[in-house]
Amino acid sequence: MALDPSFIGRSYPPTDPYEVGREKIREFAIAIGDANPAYTDAEAAKALGHQDVIAPPTFPFAIAFQAAGQVVEDPELGLDYSRVVHGDQKFRYSRPVRAGDRLTVAVTIDNIKSLAGNDVLTVRGEVADETGEHVVTAIMTLVARAADEAGE
Amino acid sequence: MAINYDEVEVGTELPAQSFPVTRATLVRYAGASGDFNPIHWNEKFALEVGLPDVIAHGMFTMAEAIRVVTDWVGDPAAVVEYGVRFTRPVPVPNDGVGAVIEVSAKVAKKLEDRRVQVDLLATSGGQKVLGMSRAVVRLA
Repeated sequence: MALDPSFIGRSYPPTDPYEVGREKIREFAIAIGDANPAYTDAEAAKALGHQDVIAPPTFPFAIAFQAAGQVVEDPELGLDYSRVVHGDQKFRYSRPVRAGDRLTVAVTIDNIKSLAGNDVLTVRGEVADETGEHVVTAIMTLVARAADEAGE
Repeated sequence: MAINYDEVEVGTELPAQSFPVTRATLVRYAGASGDFNPIHWNEKFALEVGLPDVIAHGMFTMAEAIRVVTDWVGDPAAVVEYGVRFTRPVPVPNDGVGAVIEVSAKVAKKLEDRRVQVDLLATSGGQKVLGMSRAVVRLA
């Protein structure tokens, strides 16, 4: 059943703060095999003008996706997550995420459309720091495959 | 060394890179990212849902692709926008070799405020795996 387009524009309350740890950034950088010293060496990061180690550009996805769980699990929307694939992903940065940040995410449903029987859901997460300043916007498009294709 | 806007032209190629990915890579990425979807580590499950094999996390491929840009500019904070479309999965066989993600990139547009648009091409096994893959980067 198609998702209800009246949910376009629906916003969810900001999440509880996620505290960004140096070691979590290090773990992520190792996992993607990226040896850029700005991710692991505070002195190298400071030499580039950052207060502390910064996180790789795609690091904020995990935080934003967790916040998007409010949409995915919204019983009123009724998304069947077992049919969902990640269609596309965009980030717009005001600054990189850095160690010590306490980040909250405010999630909005930007769009719902039907494409070849699939539901296409665009979810925007506005990520802000503890002072309320914008850090990054993460926009994800989730595609819920039509039910008759799922059994293939 | 920072890249100077004035020394870059439309068509300037960034150094291309190859990123190997094995099952061990995916397990490590699952842990670091918190994405434990079994299609990324459980072959039986992946086959049952119609995939050819265990596949790499799309976000892993996205993370690798932007390294071509961040290694070029030095400071990852120079990336002000980054977006991709996940057009095709990257199957990762359990053969000890895995898959390779090949990434090339070139300057597609010179923008205002010393920014450039970089278009990325990511392939694996000769197939394009990301579409609409581009970054906006602020140069020195």
